[in-house]
Amino acid sequence: MKLADVEYVRADTVEHALALIAAQDAETRVLAGGQSLMPLLAMRLAAPARLVDINRLAELERLEVVDGRLVIGALVRHHRIATDPLVARVAPLLARAAPHVAHPAIRNRGTFGGSLAHADPASEFPACTLALNAEMTLASMSGRRTVRADAFFEGLYQTAARPDELLLEVSVPVATEASRFAFVEFSRRNGDYALAGIAAAATADGDRLTGVRLALFGIGDTPVLASEAAAILESGPVTDALVKQAVATLDGIEVRDSATAGERYRRHLARVALKRAALALARPEAASCR
Amino acid sequence: MSMITIACTINGERVETTVSSRENLADFLRDRLALTATHVGCEHGVCGACTILFDGRTARACLLLAAQADGAVIETLEGATRTGRLAALQKALYERGALQCGFCTPGMLFTAAELLEEHPAPSREEIREALSGNACRCTGYQAIVDAIETAAKDGRAER
Repeated sequence: MKLADVEYVRADTVEHALALIAAQDAETRVLAGGQSLMPLLAMRLAAPARLVDINRLAELERLEVVDGRLVIGALVRHHRIATDPLVARVAPLLARAAPHVAHPAIRNRGTFGGSLAHADPASEFPACTLALNAEMTLASMSGRRTVRADAFFEGLYQTAARPDELLLEVSVPVATEASRFAFVEFSRRNGDYALAGIAAAATADGDRLTGVRLALFGIGDTPVLASEAAAILESGPVTDALVKQAVATLDGIEVRDSATAGERYRRHLARVALKRAALALARPEAASCR
Repeated sequence: MSMITIACTINGERVETTVSSRENLADFLRDRLALTATHVGCEHGVCGACTILFDGRTARACLLLAAQADGAVIETLEGATRTGRLAALQKALYERGALQCGFCTPGMLFTAAELLEEHPAPSREEIREALSGNACRCTGYQAIVDAIETAAKDGRAER
């Protein structure tokens, strides 16, 4: 359980970091909070030749509203997402999801950007960014580009970021008074990886919901949008019958099997999560969103 | 293997040394500085026995490289005991018999102290949630939760 030999380089500026990760002479991994990467190194599931520590890049710690979107620097720690009043006000889904991410000491170090770049299928923030229509800003020596959450998560631990790119920041639309959010997760203990969960967002319009986005996590290789279910929830007033119809669409989605939770059990949990989330979106005053 | 020069503050003392690039902070504290209250259990961030204070917040020492300590202010249980900062919690754990082998205790103390700083009156449920990242294989947690509850009450009474 000790790291294999590895070179350690501390990046002083974003430009420095980009030059380091673009270098072709060694397999490189970016070290941010290290709460997922360090276990992988300790267990020798990853053995890069060089670690580029980006923890000194203060510009990646920004957390502010710009042009109607909350901009979250890649180095913003989970604890800050959980406790910062700005996040609670303009992106309550993230604030609600954050306490589900691992344990207090992990949340003190783990970073928002790191969670997204790592793209663990059972983690909370990837699903939240998908539900919130987030945009990821990636930088390389050749410039910057923006990738929407829909196109960011490509597979198991795979994202659209190229090896020479660094995730700089993420932005999500600021919530309005009509915004509705729900977050439901099932895990074996507090802070464990999700067996199944859902991050959901919608806009209330009278007794109807529009812009419904239901991002399931823990069930596939990436967080997945339950688009069929979302369309059903948008089709009329959210009654118990409509929710039942939406939940039934999960029979058709692909759910992974594993030793800790079989496919049938995970699918059952996903159904329950979707049901609770749908009811919470429709009746936020009545439902507990946990 | 590369060697990195670091300068940091550990338990109030300035430390300047070189560390190996692959050395984790828990091993550095134990093997190089003989600060053995930082226990090493799982070595991949699951058990919480190596929990320390890193720049004022709890962190797993096994999930930090010693090289990352450059510029940091670190407190281990040796330092926290010396200053008396955790005395009330330590007393409560002792009096309630909330430890058997003691392996998890340093991590429990730091985790509980951070909880009480942020939530001076936690429910038992909140205490359990805060401790969910700290494994104890002896006590079944009941006595630990009792002790933290007692320390919280005593702390509020003193204010």
